[in-house]
Amino acid sequence: MNSLPPMVKPARALGKLFVRSVTLAHGGGGKAMKDLIDDVFIRAFDGRGLPLEDQARIELADIAARGDRLAFTTDSFVVDPLVFPGGDIGKLAVCGTVNDLAVGGARPLYLSCAAIIEEGLAIDELREIANSMSATAREAGVKIITGDTKVVQRGCCDKLFLTTTGVGVIHAGTRLGVDRAQAGDVVLVNGMLGDHGAAILCARGDMMLEAPIVSDCACLHGLIEALLDAAPGIRFIRDATRGGAATVLNEIAEASGVAIEIDEDATPIRAEVKAFCEILGLDPLYLANEGKLIVVAPAAQADDAVAAMRAHALGRSACRIGQVTGDDGGRVTMRTTLGGRRIVDMLVGEQFPRIC
Amino acid sequence: MKYVEEFRDSAKARALVKEIERLVAVIGPNGRPIHIMEVCGGHTHSIFRYGLEGMLPKSIELVHGPGCPVCVLPMGRVDDCVSIAQDEGVIFTTFGDAMRVPGSTKSLLQAKADGADVRMVYSPLDALAVARKNPDRQVVFFGLGFETTMPSTALTILQAEREGVENFSVFCNHITIVPTIKAILDSPDLRIDGFLGPGHVSMVIGTAPYAFISSFYKKPMVVAGFEPLDILQSIWMLLKQIAEGRCEIENQYARIVPDQGNDAALNAVNRVYELREFFEWRGLGSIDRSGVRLRKEYARFDAERKFDLPNVRIADPKSCQCGEVLKGVIKPWQCKVFGSACTPETPLGALMVSSEGACAAYYQYGGLKQSQAAE
Ligand code: SF4
Repeated sequence: MNSLPPMVKPARALGKLFVRSVTLAHGGGGKAMKDLIDDVFIRAFDGRGLPLEDQARIELADIAARGDRLAFTTDSFVVDPLVFPGGDIGKLAVCGTVNDLAVGGARPLYLSCAAIIEEGLAIDELREIANSMSATAREAGVKIITGDTKVVQRGCCDKLFLTTTGVGVIHAGTRLGVDRAQAGDVVLVNGMLGDHGAAILCARGDMMLEAPIVSDCACLHGLIEALLDAAPGIRFIRDATRGGAATVLNEIAEASGVAIEIDEDATPIRAEVKAFCEILGLDPLYLANEGKLIVVAPAAQADDAVAAMRAHALGRSACRIGQVTGDDGGRVTMRTTLGGRRIVDMLVGEQFPRIC
Repeated sequence: MKYVEEFRDSAKARALVKEIERLVAVIGPNGRPIHIMEVCGGHTHSIFRYGLEGMLPKSIELVHGPGCPVCVLPMGRVDDCVSIAQDEGVIFTTFGDAMRVPGSTKSLLQAKADGADVRMVYSPLDALAVARKNPDRQVVFFGLGFETTMPSTALTILQAEREGVENFSVFCNHITIVPTIKAILDSPDLRIDGFLGPGHVSMVIGTAPYAFISSFYKKPMVVAGFEPLDILQSIWMLLKQIAEGRCEIENQYARIVPDQGNDAALNAVNRVYELREFFEWRGLGSIDRSGVRLRKEYARFDAERKFDLPNVRIADPKSCQCGEVLKGVIKPWQCKVFGSACTPETPLGALMVSSEGACAAYYQYGGLKQSQAAE
């Protein structure tokens, strides 16, 4: 009688990836894929010991105890280069989704993370990014509880794409909306604009320009909590990511049917970023940020809001940049340094550097 | 930024505007506004960026001239670019703002989306670096611009020659400013009272080549810098000339522009290029001796000789009034298709494409003076 050899199965140990870079085998659904997930993601996300299943399960009672509405958001991250001064795609993917929840007044709780990896990406680089995600999530007090990994052929994606989805809870009583701005309101920011966009452009290295500019990538929910405590009447908060401050201002003006006027001299932009934009013919108002908020507050609470932001590490240079005016609905203008006025419109497509 | 902030002082600006108002009063009404043309796209950009137009008295009208090289590029040349770029063995390199200019079927941006290897660079030297890195591909640089960018393309070709780089060439569309100003001055519907001269171009050619403008055409010109105070001061200098009945070539930008120009740059330009008999401009038609091509000695760096080009002349769309806008005959918003058929998303004319184009600038930065006038 043929008998099967006895099952000798060593306990699964982590850390058994011996190859240097990701191959298509790591996306095949078999052992190599499990090793990649275990060794890179589970290890980083502190998920050891948990049974891995197709879904994370969340206690409803726990959610209900924290607020009266669930906030739910998703975003994909495709930055080049993967690592840049001030952050990396992993940190960005956590901060971005945490901020998308927080600007709606939600307390961020859980994240999912889907990774699309181009074959050939160095395992060490991937590990570094996963660790950075984990550290950022830990600091922000959110848990990464489910995820997905795909590997695609060389050329089918650019090294690594991450998608994070987030769930948070909105406290009863918080009401924020892009359509709530009113004439007389004040527009605030929590600091210097354009750092992230300029840092990424510099880091790409094809500008032949080096500038000491660091991305402002940060999780802002702590700052937002402090802000809403100090100025509960705040009408609207949005993080000024792609499209920059100018785009958010236009969205507010359009949705609320108001005009907004900002003051160029009051708008905080780092000298390095200004100089960088001058050289390339870019407008810093349209550069992306990853740690900057545009806040619309009723005039009576504006000082409290600025003070609360300044008391927080991520809002030291918070200030007023303009106000909501009644007339000229939907239009954003800027009082220029020279005392002239110009329209700040939505950008069409991408900003291209000018020729001369 | 210290050096720069000095040129953006609002108190000084207000004082200058006051002086400008005073001069306008001295000149007095002659039944029509004073038309000042800024030849250079860089000036157009600063004027909109700082809202200068709205600060000036209503009786001054700024005319945004032909000085954006992207805006005056004829459609046929864009088609040639697309044709080169679609060659499998080619990496086509270009300045960013030329990517969106419409050709007769597509722009470079669309060609890129369709699979052509089109890459944005910041200088011709970057393009040469791409060529060094890709010895098995042909790397073509889209040479574009007035005398401002002409020397850097020439120096890059000289560098490629020194290094013996075989796979690098330039699709030369460089144009030269003097015949262009002359063509504007010769146009029968001319309404210009004075010119702001192009600062960056003058850095290379100096101020002497403009002498004919004052001596022959009796129009004043002030070569102007690009900071907002530079522009206001230059307008003031022009008005002063008009008020005093003078017409001279003055140099407001003397801190950068030497009257005699830059020898090293001019040498490189003269070594590498020769004038073409004529060159086609979008909106302005063919202008004699207004463009340059590579000399025979540099034929192996000349994409026009290396590649088989369609070289078709394509007429501007009938509805497009870019030419009249460029000559200051109408304002951008008076064009029949402005904001309807022609927008930055779907540009019909090139003036809508580059951020330096008068139409795009009006569309995006908004002509506050225009809308105030309409109120
Ligand atoms: S609106 Fe379009 S077609 Fe008309 S002048 Fe401007 S760019 Fe040319």
